[in-house]
Amino acid sequence: MPLTTTAPPFFAVLVRGLLAGLVAGLLAGTFAYVAGEPRVEAAIAIEEAATHAEPAAGAHDHEDALVSRSGQRGGLFLATGLFGAAMGGLLATAYVLLSRRRRSYDDGRSGLSLAGAALLGAVIVPFLKYPANPPAVGDPATINQRTVTYLLMVVLGLVAVWAGSLGYRSVGAQAPAWQRAAAAVGGFLLVAAVSYVVMPSFQEVPANFPAALLWDFRLASLGTQVVLWTGIGLLFAALMHREWRRRSGTDALRST
Amino acid sequence: MSSSASTQPVVHPAGTARLLWTVLATVAVLTLLAYLVAFDQGAVSRSGTYLHELMHDGRHLLGVPCH
Ligand SMILES: [Zn+2]
Repeated sequence: MPLTTTAPPFFAVLVRGLLAGLVAGLLAGTFAYVAGEPRVEAAIAIEEAATHAEPAAGAHDHEDALVSRSGQRGGLFLATGLFGAAMGGLLATAYVLLSRRRRSYDDGRSGLSLAGAALLGAVIVPFLKYPANPPAVGDPATINQRTVTYLLMVVLGLVAVWAGSLGYRSVGAQAPAWQRAAAAVGGFLLVAAVSYVVMPSFQEVPANFPAALLWDFRLASLGTQVVLWTGIGLLFAALMHREWRRRSGTDALRST
Repeated sequence: MSSSASTQPVVHPAGTARLLWTVLATVAVLTLLAYLVAFDQGAVSRSGTYLHELMHDGRHLLGVPCH
């Protein structure tokens, strides 16, 4: 049954995306503070020990007292909050563009798919190629190459997700579900695997860096992003659902 | 095609160009914000490396290459 609800204006959607992103960012910051900060501290202790052992090699700028360590721990929440707000705003923008292309606004549920797509394409795919590194891991001389290749991998991950959705839609809706799923997985894996092979690798973990600490840090880092995008998706969908309800009126909702 | 939770399209062609510019400006501002958090070393923010150092732990734990 067609409803007469008007589409929400862009700014109404954007504000909800920003809010969802800010709250999800603070949640992710809380997770990172609890799960990640002890690992960052341990890695910095290793870095400082190495710097004092051979001062010539220790060109890291962690010790300059511009911001104290407790300031950096607090700055974690600023970073995840602002980054989350930016990502939530971008998700809201993508939601509006997608809705206009489909010529149909939903109650926010496609925001969930978009957040899942972002988590897979912009986080998990790049993470598998360029996993997060704690302080003391990574050669400062290659930071520019690593930044560029990381950003390129984010783009390629999103292209891989897009290829997956193309594959899904290229198989007719009458086809059995497994065929559509196989086409989606095939399209995604094709782009992801080629990117993974073609992009350069960086092996810069010092030989004496504890493997368990590296693993724990990387898990905490991945968990931070999972909390962020799960939070953005759920909060944005919840806020949009409320807005959609408000616009359509509870009567229209009951009749569907 | 449209589910029960979908509304009919209300797309105003006249507003499309304006929306396009609004969207482009929004994306530019948000990308700049993400850049300031994740990569800036003072070149854009003109704050020296103060913001860079302040958000240092966040950058590591968000998985962005830091140093
Ligand atoms: Zn660092």
